[in-house]
Amino acid sequence: MEKENPVGGSNALLARLEARGVSRREFLRVCTIAAAAVGLPAWSVGKIAEAAALAPRPSVIWLHFQECTGCTESLLRTSHPAVAELILDLVSLDYHETLLAASGEQAEAVLHDAMAKNAGKYVLVIEGAIPVKGNGAYCTIAGRTAVDLANSVAAKAGAIIAIGSCASWGGVPSADPNPTGATGAPEVLKGKTVLTLPGCPPNPYNLLGTVLQYATFGTLPALDALGRPKFAYARTIHEDCPRRAHFDAGRFVERFGDENHRLGYCLYKTGCKGPKTHANCSQQHFAEVVGAWPIGIGHPCFGCTEKSMGFREALYATVEIDRPTPPDTYAPIHAQHRGVSVAAVGAAGLVAGALAGAGVMNAKKLSDAAKKEGERKASETKQEGQ
Amino acid sequence: MTVTRRALLKGVVAAGTVATFGLPVASATARERKTPPSNAVGMLYDATRCIGCKACMVKCKEANGLPPEPGPMKGVYDAPADLSGSTKNVIKLYKEGDRISYMKAQCMHCVDPACASACMISALHKGQYGIVEYDPAMCVGCRYCEIACPFNVPKYEWYTPFPKIVKCEMCRHRLAEGKVPGCVEACPREAVIFGKLKDILGDAKGRLAREPRRYYPKIYGETDGGGTQVLYLSAAGIPFEKLGLPALGDKPAPELTESLQHAIYQGFVAPFVLFSVLGVVIYRNRSAQPPGEEEKR
Amino acid sequence: MSHRPQPIGGPIVTRPFLALLAVFAAGALVILWRLVVGLGPTTGLNDGYAWGIWIAYDVVSGTALACGGYAVAILCYVLNRGKYHPMVRPAILASALGYTLAGVSIFIDVGRYWNIWKVPLLWNWNRNSILLEVAMCIMAYIVVLWIELSPAILEGFEQDDRYPRLRKLAAFIHPYLNAVMMWIITLGILLPTMHQSSLGSLMMIAGQKVHPLWHTPLLPLLFLTSCIVMGYAVVVFESSLSSEVFGRQRETRMLVSLSWVMVDVLALFLVLRLGDLALRGRLGLLLDFNMYTVFFLLEMALFLAPALLLMKRERRYNPGVEFLCAMMMMAAGTLYRFDVYLVAYNPGPGWSYFPSIPEMLVTLGLVAFELMAYMVFVKRFPILAGIAPAAAGPSPGEAVRVPAAGR
Repeated sequence: MEKENPVGGSNALLARLEARGVSRREFLRVCTIAAAAVGLPAWSVGKIAEAAALAPRPSVIWLHFQECTGCTESLLRTSHPAVAELILDLVSLDYHETLLAASGEQAEAVLHDAMAKNAGKYVLVIEGAIPVKGNGAYCTIAGRTAVDLANSVAAKAGAIIAIGSCASWGGVPSADPNPTGATGAPEVLKGKTVLTLPGCPPNPYNLLGTVLQYATFGTLPALDALGRPKFAYARTIHEDCPRRAHFDAGRFVERFGDENHRLGYCLYKTGCKGPKTHANCSQQHFAEVVGAWPIGIGHPCFGCTEKSMGFREALYATVEIDRPTPPDTYAPIHAQHRGVSVAAVGAAGLVAGALAGAGVMNAKKLSDAAKKEGERKASETKQEGQ
Repeated sequence: MTVTRRALLKGVVAAGTVATFGLPVASATARERKTPPSNAVGMLYDATRCIGCKACMVKCKEANGLPPEPGPMKGVYDAPADLSGSTKNVIKLYKEGDRISYMKAQCMHCVDPACASACMISALHKGQYGIVEYDPAMCVGCRYCEIACPFNVPKYEWYTPFPKIVKCEMCRHRLAEGKVPGCVEACPREAVIFGKLKDILGDAKGRLAREPRRYYPKIYGETDGGGTQVLYLSAAGIPFEKLGLPALGDKPAPELTESLQHAIYQGFVAPFVLFSVLGVVIYRNRSAQPPGEEEKR
Repeated sequence: MSHRPQPIGGPIVTRPFLALLAVFAAGALVILWRLVVGLGPTTGLNDGYAWGIWIAYDVVSGTALACGGYAVAILCYVLNRGKYHPMVRPAILASALGYTLAGVSIFIDVGRYWNIWKVPLLWNWNRNSILLEVAMCIMAYIVVLWIELSPAILEGFEQDDRYPRLRKLAAFIHPYLNAVMMWIITLGILLPTMHQSSLGSLMMIAGQKVHPLWHTPLLPLLFLTSCIVMGYAVVVFESSLSSEVFGRQRETRMLVSLSWVMVDVLALFLVLRLGDLALRGRLGLLLDFNMYTVFFLLEMALFLAPALLLMKRERRYNPGVEFLCAMMMMAAGTLYRFDVYLVAYNPGPGWSYFPSIPEMLVTLGLVAFELMAYMVFVKRFPILAGIAPAAAGPSPGEAVRVPAAGR
């Protein structure tokens, strides 16, 4: 599926996109969304668009192992705008088993050629877990084990992206008892930096953002300890969930189909793993349909991105909250209650002052009167005495 | 019988000294420390399990037919800032830097409740299972219970001409139907549990023993203020004072006041004696006066 | 100059009377409003400070200020100082009115007043409740006070030609009254001893919510002693004022010797108060400088100043000093009670209280009513002694600021 580099600059890309029904406006819109998703500033949108049009497209080799192809499918299912189209135009997708027209020896030849031609520069995307038990016998392609393939292709890759939970940490095939020893790519490719995009499936916009940044600036976005881009996986579902207000107010679905469920209340009690699941599904929905994500359609999140949650925890068991962030509407330990009225204090002061003042004045008056009386009596006695 | 000033002064000082030293002695012969009834029930709130979801607050309002109380955001939330005339149970947030803990505040159902000791005609009294019950038919609305309670639990309906005292009664109307208190039923994490006081105390001790690093090393309410039937566990490093639970010591307030009261008034002996003594004195004074002198007064 | 008590006579409706009536009317309107809307809108009360000035002033301080009858009765009947007898009736009148109005204040303050009738019923009693004992004692004492005052009322009707039926009824009741009066007087000394001390015990149950400078097991004794101080102070105050206002002879000899008694009781109070703090090791608290120490020092100053002033002989003979000291003692006792109930009472952070203006109007209105009733009584009934015959003196209604010394 080789494509030639565009000749004639942006117009050529735009012309191609338009031919597929993607208007210039939609193209810029997608660039803006992707830039925002990655946390790039507004000025970069122009650069992204330019890079998308002009820059030499990086070569991408996309390997499939123990996967259901859902990751690829979620990418291909986007159509408004055609994210798939965009990605496929941004990169030179040299090897992709699902989309490859060729097969067999010809397909293998494509892989070898791509690796040789772009050694040290191509982006390796891994979809699917890698089985390690039995010397990796549970997944072999062209006679080579997945472990072997992954290692050899990764050896000369410029960047490695593990797409989907299976490639990130093992996913469904790694569920107990994990008979094949399904493992995520980072564990197999020890020592290498692997950008993981867990999710089952992952949100195609996350891939888009990563690819856009790499294509435009040649760098990968900031990653967390598990290799997940922070722009998508730094926060839990719970932190940005649209039903968070119901959680905060204590309004929960008790049973599927009950009144509270119809009212769209929080799904925590039905086992939502949102509080422990890092992903941006609550902000970026799937299939460009607003509300097309698990909680949006009324089912609790099952933690598909988290190794500890997805296919591990019972679907309907409740979980603790990671990094609780209570909003301000919680009652404090000591609430501030109504204060005193300044007017009342003033009035009381006036009354008390007046009473005290009157009393003191009266005392003085009595004192003076007594003194006068004393003097009068003294002068009387004096007179009598004389 | 005339009393000289000096004698008066001497007598009064003597009486004062006796009183100053006598009263503590009287208190020392205090009444016995009360214990919870054998079928006492209680609640255990484990702050480390609470996620602050407030389901218990919502359920409490529903179970007790209480109206919502808009907090600072009027008309938008039912967000009471504290217990009140329309809120019997509130989740409070303790936040200091990165440390967070929730705190469920409601009536502590003390073993020796100050409110019940204070209440003139027992509108507040310790009832079945040791629950501190409120009977509005006997309440005159004097609010002495609010003064007495060390936890400031009883609240009053200030904005109605027909007010009541409002406080948690452990959903005794639900207990009568064999259900648990509303807050306990609503909690998704079993942060608050209900049961026989003996059992939940044992449960609390077990938690402390199994995970000592998780908890602050004390069960609040085991002996505090004479013991309460609502027990608290706090997270390690968060002492109970930070959650608003006062350091009360082991002695319940009614012990001091009732000892004092009974020292003076037990069996009405002292008032009767005083009455008799006064009567004798006054009678003799009056007899000493010439007859008809009264008219001149 | 007659030594027998006599009605002062004169018109009841005077300018001062009307002024007081206006204040009372305002207070009465607030009371009606309170009955319609409840305590919240009308007062500054809240769940942190559930008791305000209607309790701290009207009931607690008001009854202590109405302890004139109690204090003088102790002097007259127990210690047999007959010379104080002319002071008894006016003191009893002030007491009866003060206590009755304290009772009215209670009615206004409690939220579910329709249940009050259940309180005196013996089988409802929670004998552990100090408030119950206070309530019962005050109720009984109000009855006792009016019985103690009734000889004056009956005499008034007996001397009045306008109501012959009343005169006959009064003459009929009088001897029976005399027969039981001794027991009534005895009760009149027992009951205040009980409830004035219990008004102190009331706040003990608040425990840590009352600042340690005030919270002590000695509260009942301190309240009792200070109420006696206030009782004497009120008697001096009232005697002084009524001599000024109604143009009667000043009861100088009695006032002077009362001053000496007051010094003793003040000294006792101060010894008890400071001794208690020392014994409980709380004197160190005075070294902190905060609102509590300021109020404590103010209290001490108001108690100490009159004690020191009155110790000097010539000052005791100075009516101005006497009057000022009486006021200071009344203020001291009132401040002490305000401190225990409101200032030293701290329910926790976030709560504050100051009476609202309507709340204060009710208190002022009730005090105004008491003053009006006092005026009516002394003008129509033989309460005050030492009254000049009506023809010789100025009309009482205009004698608001007439120097009385020398009359």
